[in-house]
Amino acid sequence: MSIPTVRQGSLQLIDTAKTRSRGALYVAEARIRTMVKWIGIIFAIAIANPVLYLISVGIGLGGLIDKSVGPAGVDGVKYLTFLAPALLAQAAIQGTMDETVFPTIEGFKWNRTFYSMNSTPLSGAQIPIGVFLAALFRAFYTVLLYFGVMWAFGALESPHAWLAIPTSIFAGASFGALMQSVAAKLEDENYFFVVLGRFIMMPLFLFSGTFFPLTSMPFFLQWIGWISPLWHATELGRYLTYGHAISPTLMWVHFAVLVTMLVSGLILSARMFTKRLAK
Amino acid sequence: MSEYLISARGLTKKFGDFTAVNSIDFDVSKGESFGLLGPNGAGKSTVMRMIGATSQRNAGDLTILGKDPELNGPQIRAHLGVVPQQDSLDMHLSVSENLYIYGRYFGLPRKFVKGKIEELLTFAQLEEKRDAKVEALSGGMKRRLTIARALVSEPEILMLDEPTTGLDPQARHILWDRLFRLKEQGVTLVITTHFMDEAEQLCDRLIVMDKGSIMAEGSPASLIKDYSTKEVLEVRFGSDRNQEVADKLRAMCERIEELPDRVLMYTEDGEALLEKIYASGLHPKTSLVRRSSLEDVFLRLTGRTLIE
Repeated sequence: MSIPTVRQGSLQLIDTAKTRSRGALYVAEARIRTMVKWIGIIFAIAIANPVLYLISVGIGLGGLIDKSVGPAGVDGVKYLTFLAPALLAQAAIQGTMDETVFPTIEGFKWNRTFYSMNSTPLSGAQIPIGVFLAALFRAFYTVLLYFGVMWAFGALESPHAWLAIPTSIFAGASFGALMQSVAAKLEDENYFFVVLGRFIMMPLFLFSGTFFPLTSMPFFLQWIGWISPLWHATELGRYLTYGHAISPTLMWVHFAVLVTMLVSGLILSARMFTKRLAK
Repeated sequence: MSEYLISARGLTKKFGDFTAVNSIDFDVSKGESFGLLGPNGAGKSTVMRMIGATSQRNAGDLTILGKDPELNGPQIRAHLGVVPQQDSLDMHLSVSENLYIYGRYFGLPRKFVKGKIEELLTFAQLEEKRDAKVEALSGGMKRRLTIARALVSEPEILMLDEPTTGLDPQARHILWDRLFRLKEQGVTLVITTHFMDEAEQLCDRLIVMDKGSIMAEGSPASLIKDYSTKEVLEVRFGSDRNQEVADKLRAMCERIEELPDRVLMYTEDGEALLEKIYASGLHPKTSLVRRSSLEDVFLRLTGRTLIE
């Protein structure tokens, strides 16, 4: 019967400097291996979502809208073209959130895998960064497929339209990082998903200038757009896909809001993880 | 560097007002198999997490492999193998993937880890399960995989927090056999348990903990010698009569412990004591003479049984 040799030389091979510099990538690798197991489902969601929305709302409802507003269109374009960038950013946000919130609750509570990661040379801060990086991988995959569907539907008018891919992923990253820090604090997730779905995701999706310009909303509801990464990314996406007019100042504001969310989300996540794992 | 792999002085951990570990001292030498014995809530796991360089102490000194875990957490953890109380395996990944990713966390080269996986699968008797999802494994298999995972980095110290809790007797014996082999190879083991037989089987030396403090320290044999008698006679008179006869029994031997269902009588010669009981006109419903165990030591020290 074989017994593992205790001294085979791993003592020399263990490299804490390597873990210090690449630890987050090792965590991301483990997460991506998990995602690959669900790649069929991830693919189906990434294709079915845009197809269903673009047909029903973009073409169905859009047909009615285009007929009633006439050749001037919504924001100067067909409704489908107006709607598509918002859906693209929403897909990135949803995908990133799925891959940060669920693995975070799972790692702390359901499987406690974060605790076993933290008993290796990995630090508490490297774990959320790794999970986050893997989530970006999912966002990239989803957005790329979504973008392909948008192209097939003829929703892209500008040659710079492809730049909406990074801005959408950017929005996903900002929101995903922020939600990861929230998930890291959760001791009891019972009501979390109800609150998250109905009181956060749904209003953000509906009131971020997704289906109509933010300015057509009552003034007292417009703040939702301002705090929503979806609205900021949608504005940037509309500018890039069909040349929606944005002042340079506002452009900077959109970027600044997304960067602030991203950086604070990552810093908070790293702190929460470190604190909770060290308890 | 001191001669000890682990050295604790006045080690203390508090959670708010609650003192989980109350100023304890202990040392663990290289190649030793060191046990922490105590009931649930004694502070064993908290000590383990501090030795594991993940949870920081509130007071006292702690040195692991010559380093302070507060300052050198990752460097210390690089040489520890940790088997937590809950397996915490990645349920979505296969058996071999679990070993692989864990090896990578230590910064080990892919090639080395891949070779190591083969060896560990054999050790854990999981060769045929290499591609199975962890979800599909039995409790004993998951436990063996968790131990195999902790060995992927060839650790200096292997730490096992209640390694066999929740396993059936057969799975426990397989696991003990595996751990015994590691011990023979000179791996330093730190084990927590609330099973006396496990501590007797695996530990060279142990500390008995209760409510965050150390009650006694020594080898299983020396603890039994110091805190108990050679033999124990267990007698049952029926739960309503045990109390009634207790005073009579107390006069017949060194010490007795009254448990709800039976009376334990501590003596050097159980058979002789039993004869004495019969001679006095008492007739227990059942009787059993056995060797003293760590359970008796614990009962003596704390007045309570280990598993309540």
